[in-house]
Amino acid sequence: MKYFHLVWAALMRHKTRTLFTMLSVLAAFLLFGMLDSVRTAFADAGHSVSGASQLLTMSKLGLGQQLPLSLQSRIETVPGVTAVAYVNWFGGIYQDPKNFFPNEAVSENYFSVQDAVVLPPDQVRKFQSTRDGAVVGAALARKFGWKIGDQIPLQATIWPQKNGSNAWTFTLVGIFTARHASEKGIENAMFFRWKYFDEARQFGNGNVGWYQERIANPDQASRVISAIDAISANSDHETKTETANAFTASFISQFANIGLIVAGIMAAVFFTLILLTGNTMAQAVRERVPELAVLKTIGFSNRSVLGLVLTESVLLVVIGGVIGMLLSMVVVGGVKAALGQTLPMADVGGSIWGLAIVLMVIIGLVVGVLPALHGMRLKIVDALAGR
Amino acid sequence: MNAAVAEVRDTKASSGTSQPLVQIRGLSKTYIRGKQKLEVLHHIDLDIARGDFFALMGPSGSGKTTLLNLIGGLDSPTDGSLAVDGKRIDKMGEGQLARWRAGNVGFVFQFYNLMPALSAQKNVELPLLLTKLSGAKRRKNAAIALQLVGLADRASHKPGELSGGQQQRVAIARAIVSDPTLLVCDEPTGDLDRQSAEEVLTLLQRLNREHGKTIVMVTHDPKAAEYASHTLHLDKGTLVEHQGARGE
Amino acid sequence: MKRFLRGLLLIVILIVCLAIWSILPWYGALVAAIVLALWLALTRGGRRTLSVTGVGLATLPSRWGASSVIVFGIAGVVGVLVALLAMGEGLQATLQGTGNDGTAIVLRGGSQAEASSVLLHDDVVLIAQASGIARDAQGHAIASPELLLAANLPKKDGQDANISVRGVGPEAWAVRPNLHIIAGRKFTPGTLELDVGKGVMRQFAGMAIGSYVQLANQRWKVVGEFDSGDAFNSEIWADRDTIAPIYHRGASSSSVTVKLTSPAAFSQFKAALAANPQLKVDAETTHKYFADQSGGINKVIKVVGTTIAIIMAIGAVFGALNSMYAAVATRSREIATLRAVGFRGTPVVVSVLIETMLLALAGGVLGAFVAWAIFGHYTASTSAGGGFSFTQMIFQFRVTPELVWNGLKWALAIGFVGGLFPAVRAARLPVTTALREL
Repeated sequence: MKYFHLVWAALMRHKTRTLFTMLSVLAAFLLFGMLDSVRTAFADAGHSVSGASQLLTMSKLGLGQQLPLSLQSRIETVPGVTAVAYVNWFGGIYQDPKNFFPNEAVSENYFSVQDAVVLPPDQVRKFQSTRDGAVVGAALARKFGWKIGDQIPLQATIWPQKNGSNAWTFTLVGIFTARHASEKGIENAMFFRWKYFDEARQFGNGNVGWYQERIANPDQASRVISAIDAISANSDHETKTETANAFTASFISQFANIGLIVAGIMAAVFFTLILLTGNTMAQAVRERVPELAVLKTIGFSNRSVLGLVLTESVLLVVIGGVIGMLLSMVVVGGVKAALGQTLPMADVGGSIWGLAIVLMVIIGLVVGVLPALHGMRLKIVDALAGR
Repeated sequence: MNAAVAEVRDTKASSGTSQPLVQIRGLSKTYIRGKQKLEVLHHIDLDIARGDFFALMGPSGSGKTTLLNLIGGLDSPTDGSLAVDGKRIDKMGEGQLARWRAGNVGFVFQFYNLMPALSAQKNVELPLLLTKLSGAKRRKNAAIALQLVGLADRASHKPGELSGGQQQRVAIARAIVSDPTLLVCDEPTGDLDRQSAEEVLTLLQRLNREHGKTIVMVTHDPKAAEYASHTLHLDKGTLVEHQGARGE
Repeated sequence: MKRFLRGLLLIVILIVCLAIWSILPWYGALVAAIVLALWLALTRGGRRTLSVTGVGLATLPSRWGASSVIVFGIAGVVGVLVALLAMGEGLQATLQGTGNDGTAIVLRGGSQAEASSVLLHDDVVLIAQASGIARDAQGHAIASPELLLAANLPKKDGQDANISVRGVGPEAWAVRPNLHIIAGRKFTPGTLELDVGKGVMRQFAGMAIGSYVQLANQRWKVVGEFDSGDAFNSEIWADRDTIAPIYHRGASSSSVTVKLTSPAAFSQFKAALAANPQLKVDAETTHKYFADQSGGINKVIKVVGTTIAIIMAIGAVFGALNSMYAAVATRSREIATLRAVGFRGTPVVVSVLIETMLLALAGGVLGAFVAWAIFGHYTASTSAGGGFSFTQMIFQFRVTPELVWNGLKWALAIGFVGGLFPAVRAARLPVTTALREL
């Protein structure tokens, strides 16, 4: 620590150059913070707290295939299953297709299965007793200014009413919030009563899109899954059950390999950063050769000189990097506030910071090692003589 | 004012006997530059007494800086033995030499070689970083050394804000701050005007006489050599003459 | 104060130059380059600049470390930018290249996309009777009722992914003359045979002519591979009448695609459908339908790609500034000598700028080349929402000349910003102090 002022003085020796280099580092880590926030958001989507104790049972035939309602009572008998709800994707449009939000017809017991949401008990009762009742997430209610008691018109894209009309209207009876801060995305969803939906739709009656089960013990998930799928084995409506987390993870991975894209971009960024910072350090050491020689003359060991130069390069990267990361926290916060859940971004928290710091130190060491060895190996006599 | 320095000097001086501080026997140095072998020093035998102020003179290329570097432990001889204060430094490795230099030698160069980014005070403190002294003690010792060279009022100035003579005095403060027995000076006045040169030489003389520092100084300037108590001439790597005080 | 105003002026010039540059088409840049070349070759100031530049370039090899920072820094920016935009471009090209104005697609009213549309058998019959539909040699309307399904199959990377399965009749080939069997043959109606799109063939595991694929508990044989050069390459085709009962779809369809007598006949066709009170359907030309499906995805990729490139460019600008300031510093004596013997500031400024921009151009070419080499023929897939019900959409990255030009413009802009300030510093260097330095 007593050498710190030496390192600092070395950095301040050429203020503009240090500043510019730090700004480059800053830009790189600003980008890293933002991209890794997106990557983390995608990676975390398959690891939600509530998703581990929920199963989804879908038709093995593929997305969009229906399952008979009769399965519910049979799934309920599977040991380890505590509740079974069922859902149909409605895909309705509110005013304009750009206003997209998920809306689903759900069974009355849905909220005892879906524990990612918190809905006051009186509103749950209201939901169960209102024929065209619907509940929405707090974020969605805010976005469109909906209040309890409002009539919400949706334009059907899949399910017309019996008379062929696509116009559906629901009464808002409750507003729910997300149980976990990490699952705020669900606050953009809308749920309404499956019974109302099934009675009024033109076709498909008596079938459900998927079953959603709550299980007593997440560790037994695989056993419960096989038991559920065994019920309909070799029938004409075979099922495929997985945990909600596994479903989300696979669904997201089908969009793109976000991890790979982020890794590709950051590889390019850090490669150029290493060149750039490495060049700065090489320059800095080259012009300080006589000074390093003096330090060695005074009695500084080779290792001290090596340490001084390495500390300098690590410090150079860490200062720029930390400012860049702080900036990325601000930017990510701003983007999240402005766009809501449109672009999934995780908070720039502990794990991203940890990775960033490790990267800073590694990059600092990598760019410092050649100049540091140069400084360490220089012969005092030659260096003093200007050779 | 210089109680700390003087006090330490006394304890060190008491350990010394009539044995010379620097004892050189059959010292040779050969450089290999590409395919050429260049013998810079041939078989030098030389004793430098404790408390001596010793000037090394000679034309350029005579090997005087090489001999100085060897005495200061910056370089190792090809052949022969070299002992300082009874310690053989010719066989020491790089790391050992570095530690030895930190405790036993102070260096003064022609171009001062101060750290441009550090204040005079911090420059003087540099060698103390290698000791176990506390920060406060380091600052105190550096201040004493700066006072000794008469630059206490310039402690917070950076080298760029000082004149050549002042810079060289800061360099001398740096050389003596850890209280080494031996001061090694390479053309300390080579880059200075007459008046500054005299100030620096007077200072060295005072350090020699009042504080008992043994000084080995390379110079090509006969006027500078006059301040020394002994002068040695080197030519083509061999000792030419060995004169008493007020040589030339 | 004067210095501050001068700095301000420089920044204003910079912003104006960048603004003009960003909207400049390639021929505009060509004209600018020719004017510069003429100035260099014909005027006295130009020839002086040229000689100063020559001296600067001659010292480049001795500064290769710092120079490579500019080249590689900018190559990184351009490479990432071009690669990301090539992805968006490829996705957009695939969707917008699908369909034409000579065919129309009919969906259930309000359904927006094929995957959410259900047309009953009666609807299909009525649609085929509408006017404006072309007829074949036998006088039958060329209308293809199709059933779009989704299946889950393993991709080559081991991940399971959703894939579109289209149940078609013989008319499907007739309404898409651009779709050709490139290997094997068409499936035989009434059998468990499949034809597979070129993209599916490449991206999904175990796909080969003669191999078997498990769909809905049945073993289907792959008998042919087709290529349409568009979104259909991401589909598997089977006989509609064979696959519909397996998926419990009875006689219903998702859509009807019809061949129009001419593109002009579309309005007539659409009016005929609207006039039929028994039908509640929407009709669109296939071209417009698929273009709409691309939604904002390319726009999103463009915004994201540009944002990333801007941040990277900022980093690269500072790298270039560092390198060029260092270059000017090491050449300060030489520049001062030139000034001392009577060279004016302009040739010095221009020569430093030219040098930086040449390095930047080299970086841009390198970056664009690497992006092209890696992604020029790269095939990727994404889950397309909306009309594709989250099934895989397979597309090729497209490194178009426009994208490359765009990347080079970025490179030159970065070079300009990174070179301007050091250039001005060089020209301002007080001659006497510079000569005394070193």
